Amino acid sequence: MELKEKILSSYVAFENGIDINSDIHEIRTEALENFEKLGFPTKKLEAWKYTSLNSVFKNDYSIFPDKEVTVDLADVKKYFIHDIDTYKVVFIDGKYSSFLSETTHDAIDVCLMSAALTKSKYSPVVENYFNKIAKQDNLTSLNTAFANEGAYIHIPRNVEVEKPIQIINFTTGSEAATMVQPRNLIVVEENAHVQIIERNQSLTDNAVLSNIVTEVFAAKNSTVDIYKIQNDNINASLVDNSYIEQKTNSVVSVHTFSFGGNITRNNLNFYQRGEHMDSILKGITIIEGKQHVDHHTLVHHIEPNCESHQDYKGIFNDRSTGVFNGKVIVNKEAQKTNAYQQNNNVLISDKATINAKPQLEIFADDVKCSHGCTIGQLDDDALFYMQQRGIPKKEGKALLMFAFANTVLESVKIPEVKSRITKIIANKLGVDIGFDL
Amino acid sequence: MLKINNLHASIEEKSILKGLNIEVKAGEVHAIMGPNGAGKSTLANIIAGKEDYEVTDGTIELNGEDISELAPEERAHNGVFLSFQYPVEIPGVSVTNFIKTAINETRKAKGLEDMPAKDMLKMIREKSELLEIDRKFLSRSLNEGFSGGEKKRNEIFQMAMLEPKLAILDETDSGLDIDALRIVANGVNKLKSKDNAVIVITHYQRLLDYIVPDFVHVLHDGKIVKSGDASLALELEAKGYDWIKKELV
Repeated sequence: MELKEKILSSYVAFENGIDINSDIHEIRTEALENFEKLGFPTKKLEAWKYTSLNSVFKNDYSIFPDKEVTVDLADVKKYFIHDIDTYKVVFIDGKYSSFLSETTHDAIDVCLMSAALTKSKYSPVVENYFNKIAKQDNLTSLNTAFANEGAYIHIPRNVEVEKPIQIINFTTGSEAATMVQPRNLIVVEENAHVQIIERNQSLTDNAVLSNIVTEVFAAKNSTVDIYKIQNDNINASLVDNSYIEQKTNSVVSVHTFSFGGNITRNNLNFYQRGEHMDSILKGITIIEGKQHVDHHTLVHHIEPNCESHQDYKGIFNDRSTGVFNGKVIVNKEAQKTNAYQQNNNVLISDKATINAKPQLEIFADDVKCSHGCTIGQLDDDALFYMQQRGIPKKEGKALLMFAFANTVLESVKIPEVKSRITKIIANKLGVDIGFDL
Repeated sequence: MLKINNLHASIEEKSILKGLNIEVKAGEVHAIMGPNGAGKSTLANIIAGKEDYEVTDGTIELNGEDISELAPEERAHNGVFLSFQYPVEIPGVSVTNFIKTAINETRKAKGLEDMPAKDMLKMIREKSELLEIDRKFLSRSLNEGFSGGEKKRNEIFQMAMLEPKLAILDETDSGLDIDALRIVANGVNKLKSKDNAVIVITHYQRLLDYIVPDFVHVLHDGKIVKSGDASLALELEAKGYDWIKKELV
């Protein structure tokens, strides 16, 4: 059976476990109809021109891994940022793991989407925010149709959350191939501040497809920092759809570190509704083999006096392929916009490919929009220079790559995240020097 | 220290060195002069091990060991230092962290532990004072946006930190004003000892007023065609290179 058919025919089973007489379920069934109509994205769609998920859709996924699977903390501890105190919302094969999680209702809500969607005390927030900015495209609709579990985070006014929140999705591969569709809702009220770390990790080499949707609402004067760590096994594919709405004077940053997995597609969308705000989108991609990482970003400047800063660095080895499609829309009303976009790529091998496409649609006449895109190789003269000073070639290459990626690394505000990323990079490059640049 | 025998080298099948011989002993300063295109920088790069060049004949011995098959970093670990004519800019790597990495990689190659941070800082302080380098300069990205003089001073600072056995200064005087020249030369002179050797490659006599050579060689068309003492440099300064070319005919 085709995956699409399998998904549609399994919907009745999905409905068994949820309240089908709710407003939420109406949203779901509409989304299902939408997905039924649209089907999976193909390369004929402009947005999917350089990324084909055909090979991924061929797997015979179990849509609802039914079994309760437990994992030993000792086996998965390394995937957490564990050297600092954090809240944790952890799922195993799409099911909440209370054992690995550390949630709270103390001043803030860090808990489960399934609870938020059903309990009346959450309904004012859910009614206001759930599915309000998520697009109606193929895969987002598919996720919305099955929206039930994920992380629910609500930070009330004036609360500065001191501990970062980790959202981790483990897949065990206890079934042959697994598809999961986590749905996250993050609402940050006025003047509040929160830091979030996201990670998807498969624990075996079985195929995994994660189709995640995260909606983030950042109210006036709020600060939200999100770190996405994508360093998964070779048969794990990920579509990460993030939708972020910002209000006046808010600052939201998203750092995406893409080091592993089979096919990774990031759809990162910012909508600026207000003035004097800053949207920061940064990423480091280092891949090899036949890995594929696609960054599709959108920053929509709707009102005047706002800024956006994009900085994506990519290093591609072997036959790996990358895509950077950075779209900036500046509405006619959005005067004095300052939009900055930088995308730099290094191809280590002759067979690696990067498709880079800056896309600027500017309708205002008093704006500053800059974009720079480079594709190059490691500088042989710089390598010789370093070797001459006693630094072996491999370490020299690593040092050059660290230096190249450093503008992104240095803006990571959580030291433990920064050192973890540094270690992952050093490990990938086969060196044991964590450069303190 | 360094003994080069009948060295032939080419790049992309173009022959550049055509039977070069030189011997440099510990404690000596040698100057290599010559017109543009004579092969001076090629010689420096070949001693340092740049892979673009192919050594077609001859040997390069450092302290009795043939180093011509060694990787550039291995030659560096054996004490070869090249002050580049055009030091490379490496954005994102600070001077301090670069030199720390260089020293610790060299120590690692010798089976030594990393240099303790305290010792490293002390050494950086001493050597930067020797070359009159502003401490702020050390936290800047390596060579990025440095003036010509700053780049050259930074090269000699690294030389001071790495304490090489054989230092080759490739046109270290170019791009230096007279004050910077004095500081750089003073630094080199302070680092000179009976155990190490210096090869100065230059177009002009100017630098040799400060770093006085024991021997001066003229490189022309891939060979050393004339050698003498420091007075040869003065003669070249006064008369140019043409008289040597004529002598050869």
